[in-house]
Amino acid sequence: MSQGPEVLIPTSAAEAVELFGTGADTAVVGGGTILIPMLRLSDARPARALMLHHAGLAGISETGGRLTIGAMTPLNHLAAMADPIAACVAHIADLEIRGQATLGGNLCARNTDAPRGDLQGAMIALGASVRSVGAGGERTEPAEEFLANRDDRLVLDVSFELPAAGAYAYLDRAHTHEYTALAVSAVRTSDGAIRLGANGAGPHGLRLPSAEAAASDHAAAGSAALADVALFDDAIASAWYREKTLPVLVRRALDQLKEAA
Amino acid sequence: MSLNITVNGASRTVNAEPLTPLLHVLREELDVLSPKAGCQNGGCGTCTVLVDGEPRRSCLLPIAAVEGAEIRTVEGLAPPGQLSPLQEAWIHHYAAQCGFCTGGFLMAATAYLENGGSDDHTEIAKALGGHVCRCTGYVKILDAVSAAARGDSFDLTTTAAGLHTTLKGVDQ
Repeated sequence: MSQGPEVLIPTSAAEAVELFGTGADTAVVGGGTILIPMLRLSDARPARALMLHHAGLAGISETGGRLTIGAMTPLNHLAAMADPIAACVAHIADLEIRGQATLGGNLCARNTDAPRGDLQGAMIALGASVRSVGAGGERTEPAEEFLANRDDRLVLDVSFELPAAGAYAYLDRAHTHEYTALAVSAVRTSDGAIRLGANGAGPHGLRLPSAEAAASDHAAAGSAALADVALFDDAIASAWYREKTLPVLVRRALDQLKEAA
Repeated sequence: MSLNITVNGASRTVNAEPLTPLLHVLREELDVLSPKAGCQNGGCGTCTVLVDGEPRRSCLLPIAAVEGAEIRTVEGLAPPGQLSPLQEAWIHHYAAQCGFCTGGFLMAATAYLENGGSDDHTEIAKALGGHVCRCTGYVKILDAVSAAARGDSFDLTTTAAGLHTTLKGVDQ
């Protein structure tokens, strides 16, 4: 990496925020599982790389039924949480990668050549808030809004209320190194509302409002979900295949949610 | 930058750019050659080492992220000239063919066993799911880890005489 970026290694969250600034031409190194190969193998040449390993952004805290998870928290620390998180995490990469990859990185992962960022749909279904900094200062916003407008943002943490129940329906992978082509997360909130999020159905995780509105009829919700997505072809699955399977996954997620305590 | 890591019990000071993968520091600066540079993309498992006891892909880990950490590789599994019980099981069950994946498998399986992993093949397969063996040796690998989990003991002078002699030759 002789022509690599200038590497910044903040030792506190405040320093990380200050060094990130507006995020211009800055690559954020979370776990590094995407970025390290990208810097080596692609033609990406960011001017600066902000390494967060010593910035104190990892950790999980709970206050009054609300969880806050630091951006640098590795995915394996989420493995014992309630569904849809646990089931989702169990289908991300493999044991070693889950120990290194982070929640913040997962929320920032792009569908450049694969449907990355499996937890995006789960966070949307949970009604999670994402706190980030960048140009214009700090923002705290619903996950779906963050995902639609996340260029040059540094994620600090994610918080959500513990759900009454959750479920995760997915297309299984041929191997741990395959990406999940399509998945649906379903959550029943503490006040009884049903929320649905999908992965692999658009440029990032998407909420499924039409399916939520039809959620009392699981099959109808499945069909309705097609109005909420932007299906695409990639090396793992065709848009045609995703169109055939999305209604099934929505129905299965709602079936599971009904069964869940 | 200059930083310290512990490799197989020995404290080492290394000079490297902060984003250099641990794999390259181990192989090129420290001459620790058991972690292999396979896909270098996190997808094959052969670079796996233990970082503070947990298996990690050394090809994906920036060296600055493991400052002060304790790294273990195959070289540290047993004293020179000796084998760990897992390595003995590996030989007994012919779990290595070409051997390129073996180091990564051994480290992940060592972590699995140290965490109290059982001899159940499904559990072992979950723990080793990120590792690829292109000689199609998975059944033998599962057998070997299973045997080590049970604490099976072997007389390698009779069960795998030829292979053991070869290894002894390498050691000497």
